[in-house]
Amino acid sequence: MAPFIRIQNISKKYGKLLAVDNVSFDLEKGELFSLLGPSGCGKTTLLRILAGFELTTEGYVEIDGQDMVDVDPADRPVNIMFQNYALFPHMSVSNNIGYGLKRASLPDNEIKSRVSELLELVHLNGMGERKPSTLSGGQRQRVALARALARRPKLLLLDEPLAALDKKLRSETQFELCKIQEQLGTTFVVVTHDQEEAMTLSTRIGVMNNGKLVQVGTPNEIYEQPQTTFVADFVGEISFIEVTVKEQKEPYWLMQGAVPIHVSTGAKFRINQKVNLALRPEKISLTSKPTGKINEFPVEITDWAFYGAGTQYRVVGPGGINLKLYESHNLPSKSNARQPETGFINFSPDSIIILER
Amino acid sequence: MNYFFQKFGRILVIWLPLGWLLLFFMLPLVEMINVSFSEARRAVPPYIPAFQIGSGGFSFRPVLDNYLLIYEYWEDYLWPAINSIRLAFFSTLYCLLFAYPMAWWIARSNKSIQHILLILVLMPFWTSSLLRMYALIGLLNPNGFINDVLIWAGITVTPIQMMQTDFSIYSGMILTYLPLMILPLYASLVRLDVSIIEAAADLGAKKWDIFRTIVLPLSIPGIVAGSLLVFIPAVGEFVIPALLGGPEQLMLGKVIWTEFFRNRDWPVAAAIAIILIAIIILPIVYARYQDRERIS
Repeated sequence: MAPFIRIQNISKKYGKLLAVDNVSFDLEKGELFSLLGPSGCGKTTLLRILAGFELTTEGYVEIDGQDMVDVDPADRPVNIMFQNYALFPHMSVSNNIGYGLKRASLPDNEIKSRVSELLELVHLNGMGERKPSTLSGGQRQRVALARALARRPKLLLLDEPLAALDKKLRSETQFELCKIQEQLGTTFVVVTHDQEEAMTLSTRIGVMNNGKLVQVGTPNEIYEQPQTTFVADFVGEISFIEVTVKEQKEPYWLMQGAVPIHVSTGAKFRINQKVNLALRPEKISLTSKPTGKINEFPVEITDWAFYGAGTQYRVVGPGGINLKLYESHNLPSKSNARQPETGFINFSPDSIIILER
Repeated sequence: MNYFFQKFGRILVIWLPLGWLLLFFMLPLVEMINVSFSEARRAVPPYIPAFQIGSGGFSFRPVLDNYLLIYEYWEDYLWPAINSIRLAFFSTLYCLLFAYPMAWWIARSNKSIQHILLILVLMPFWTSSLLRMYALIGLLNPNGFINDVLIWAGITVTPIQMMQTDFSIYSGMILTYLPLMILPLYASLVRLDVSIIEAAADLGAKKWDIFRTIVLPLSIPGIVAGSLLVFIPAVGEFVIPALLGGPEQLMLGKVIWTEFFRNRDWPVAAAIAIILIAIIILPIVYARYQDRERIS
């Protein structure tokens, strides 16, 4: 069976600049897919191509078996929620939400009932007659969502949907957005530069850099098995260690950098192959005395920051390797406790990410 | 010390222009009202002021004769009044129709050339308006440039009458007042967020629909401001109908001029001017008042 949405070999050139470079991916019906990347990576351009505002230089988009190349934005079964919401300031909330329905020439009483359904969906009952300028940021965001959902699009595009909200409201809205998406079963594509947002929202994430789609996977895959240094570095905190493969000592590979490191992996290496090892902060344990575990070495603590739920440390190991590590406070953390200046770290051989160099 | 200068500066900034307006705008207007209630006479000045300050204190003896005279001969003034409003109304309308697409185009063009385009819009103001009217006469005359070309091209045998028609008046009015329409329209259109237009297109609106439901309603402040800026001076316009119009295009401005300089009847001329101001100002004040009522 053909996928619900197929994006095939899409490229977009602005003069000499290649904003989107040969991007392909498929979407299942009901997916919440995030396009994640730094600003200027081409994710917004890709979104605008899906909406129909930009023409592709190459490639095509297919939605539910229908080719979208020559279809006007007005006629696509796609709607977009803009980053600044782009509400019509001269219209009431109800008229904003009903705008797309009116263009579809629906009878007035049906528009009215659909609008009140949508108001209910986004918890804005009784606000229908208000003007957008009298609403709070969170309320405006929900009007924009209701307006974009009104025509029951097959694909809903959201451009940085939570960027304009403050932190507290953002996490609430995040869950609300997921709930609505599950309830309606609409396919969502979210553009975001915020990796945390992408993690919590999505069923799958596509990481973009320099116009290319560098990795597609579930949030877990993206975090635990990044395939490139860029993905590993962009998503979450991470430290890198440059090493050379020395020998295979079942069940480990011994790799030599400033210190010898045992790595447990199914992959095969050549002897003397140069690779990058990457370590997530929470995978590293810090102790005051040596424990005798594998992959243990002494470190000097250069910096630390209290986060409430845990503490992040910056440590320097033998040969000047810099590592970030995170210790969660399973027990109440002591205030004013003098932080140690030295210690020992260890990490499990199978928690190491191996990247090509 | 600093505080003193700050306070003094604030007073200067507000009161200096206000003083200027009072002295050179309000006082002449009050004097005009004064003249309109005065009695005409053959002397210099050609009236006995209704309100005057002399050696024996001040006296106030208003006469209503001038207004009564206009009321009595209202038919003589009605036609120029209607003509003024008609010509000003259509001039405003044509300016709006010409200016809207231009303002839209400037507002949507590249930021770097917007300033150049705006300077080009204002360029006509750099030459004297009288000069521009004579240039227009040169174009529209029976033996002017346009007729020469038309006859040369064989489109017409005898020259087409363009001077002393509504057409020549509108040409002059548009030439003079178009920038006053473009600027406020531009100001309101340039503030229009592109994503709002895209949102409308995304929700199924076609080009005309987007204009009707989004762009037009959001540019109403610009339309109102531009229309007032054109209509108000156009109603009282004297130079354009005097140079380009014929007897058919008699406007109140010309009537006032005739009363002042031909008949030397300053009080009646002043009374007509005051009535004209009232005709223009009162609807605007009323509209503003209604607006405020609606908001509160």
